[in-house]
Amino acid sequence: MSTVKKFMYVNRHAPYGSIYALEGLEVVLIGAAFDQDCCMAFIDDGVFQLVKGQDSSASGMKNFSPTYRALGDYEVTRLYVEKESLMERGLTKSDLMELTYEDEDDDWAEKPSIQIVERSELGRLMEEQDVLLNF
Amino acid sequence: MAIEINGKTYETDEEGYLADLNQWDEEVAKKMAELDDCELDENHWQVINFLREYYDEYQIAPAVRVLTKAIGKKLGKDKGNSKYLYQLFPYGPAKQACKYAGLPKPTGCV
Repeated sequence: MSTVKKFMYVNRHAPYGSIYALEGLEVVLIGAAFDQDCCMAFIDDGVFQLVKGQDSSASGMKNFSPTYRALGDYEVTRLYVEKESLMERGLTKSDLMELTYEDEDDDWAEKPSIQIVERSELGRLMEEQDVLLNF
Repeated sequence: MAIEINGKTYETDEEGYLADLNQWDEEVAKKMAELDDCELDENHWQVINFLREYYDEYQIAPAVRVLTKAIGKKLGKDKGNSKYLYQLFPYGPAKQACKYAGLPKPTGCV
């Protein structure tokens, strides 16, 4: 493996009704499988991807929300959720799934993957990335 | 493509992965292995069953790195390494074991 780049996968769409969210998730897993430094951002309707208790049966699509729980195994440990997007939709952190990862450098302690960040902070994080991919 | 066992037909894709994961049973796993000249012993079944449980929980087939780590955690360090897994599944543990387990090809597997 040559150079490792910093990738941020930016999710802006609701999980069902389009293929954006599922495709975005698959691409993150591919990036992570290639040992890249991957994080995800959830803004606008993208925050709905992380809502707990999803039932996709009426949409005819598979409920792929359990797959977000596998992200920790892939060492995707930073999921930034934009605070303003949550508020605009009447959601709080307690509406989101509890996603965790095990910190290898801290005796495999379980830590939360989701971080609620303000719009300005998310902008700063985007500046730090080598690659931004929008879904 | 399809595999036929005792009059029952199992549809597969062009690479031999089962089209419908609900159709899976142990017989089709054995048949797939036989076609690859591979005989399944209890160590193979451990990995196959692990993969089916992983898929059930996360709705994906894990990449090989993730599989190796998770097997190590569950079955012990002597099994959670790629040498052991490649001995069992010489065509690539994630790819070959997922096929026998009736799962789609792992995400991130090109």
